[in-house]
Amino acid sequence: MTKFEEQLKEGEFVCSECQKCKKLVWPPNDYCNRCFGEVKWRPISRIGKLVEFSKKDETVFCIAEFENEIRVMGSLECNVVPVISQALKLVKCSYNGHEKFVFQLK
Amino acid sequence: MRKVALTGFGLTEFNKKDIAIDSLMFSAVKSLFENIPNLSQKDVDVVLTSTNDNTKYLSSIVSEISGIAPKISHSVESLCNSGANSVISAFSYIASGLADVALVIGAERFDSPGLVLEWDISRGQYKHPIYWSSMFTKSHVRKYGTTKEDLAIVSAKNHKHALDNPYAYFKKTYSVDEVMHSKNLTEDIRLLDCSLPCSGSAAILLASEEVMKKLTDTPVWITGIGQRTLSAGFTKHEELASMESTIDAASMAYKMAKKEPDDIDVAEVHDAFSICEIIEVEDLGFAKKGKGNEFVRTLYETQDRRINPRGGLIGAGHPLGATGIAQIVEIGQQLQGKAGKRQVSQANVGLVQNMSAAATSSSVLVLQS
Repeated sequence: MTKFEEQLKEGEFVCSECQKCKKLVWPPNDYCNRCFGEVKWRPISRIGKLVEFSKKDETVFCIAEFENEIRVMGSLECNVVPVISQALKLVKCSYNGHEKFVFQLK
Repeated sequence: MRKVALTGFGLTEFNKKDIAIDSLMFSAVKSLFENIPNLSQKDVDVVLTSTNDNTKYLSSIVSEISGIAPKISHSVESLCNSGANSVISAFSYIASGLADVALVIGAERFDSPGLVLEWDISRGQYKHPIYWSSMFTKSHVRKYGTTKEDLAIVSAKNHKHALDNPYAYFKKTYSVDEVMHSKNLTEDIRLLDCSLPCSGSAAILLASEEVMKKLTDTPVWITGIGQRTLSAGFTKHEELASMESTIDAASMAYKMAKKEPDDIDVAEVHDAFSICEIIEVEDLGFAKKGKGNEFVRTLYETQDRRINPRGGLIGAGHPLGATGIAQIVEIGQQLQGKAGKRQVSQANVGLVQNMSAAATSSSVLVLQS
């Protein structure tokens, strides 16, 4: 398992940040893709915004953006029709061989 | 740089049969040799195989069973645009003078491991292609007012075109209404808006100008090439109603060929889903941004075949590694005037656009008779 997957399994959403140039490397990796510097793993803010969404059966799925650059897909728990750029939060993430993200509107 | 000509091709029917990948490739090679009577195995000095299949040493295996001992032999994999990538590699070997004749074979089985990109963790639990295409569709609907009917027209048009393609998977037409009422896979995608993974193969022969003269009287020249890989992760797309890699690749290909979008008489574009064709005709410069829906509707209503005359991926099926090569074969036949019932009149300049993994990578070729 990668560091990202280990943390995700613990319910933590982390990303690799370059120690040298401070770039967030996403999708995450052990080295920076700008300067090849070593990275440190740090938690990502769980408050983000909605980029786009659709629906499969009764489940809304979407692209969410965190820290203005990290975009990830997951399911969106909501009782109203969401609005693009609306604030949301990551309420659950997990890993059991596959990544899983669950968001709620804020 | 030396000129490179498409001098012949071989195709097999796209279907769901359970056939070994090397056998699929061999069938296309056999068909190609039957189509080019003056070609002998000794003439071939490059063999490239295009597939997502996990079989190792495939280009050497196919060379062996086809009686070819090439100078250069290897596989090319780039998910859905493996085919165009392999033809571009073959072009480079000939253009550089390293080789004179290159045989490129693409094939895929219906159960290909290339359908889902497991690496892309940014897609979370939504890795199947129907999810990125739903995001593209919703974004285009939101920005440009594209309707379910606009999407269904792409599918109805391409199934109709495929009826005149003897190698196509689908042998049935669907009305716009039938497409709109096919199963909802998501809120934005109907079953008939999707291309179908299947088994199939396609082969193409490229040659230098000097050797080409021995093999064909109707060469088609590859005059423009553009490629761009922007990322491997789908969520890196800033803009979801556009394919930036296609815009970039097209710009390079037009510049190299000294052509403009208006010069293109016929094109094969990568309609993995209905929304893709609408976005692509915009990003290739055939329609203004946001007007791809109207452009495709007009093609359908006027029975104009110039976009995806073989039925595209939606009508012909999508055996991943074969798709880009089958697209190039179609444009080759169109420019030779040998496309039969599918023939677009006065086709002198053609274009192929092949892309992969939610358009994170695109290839564009311009071809001329």
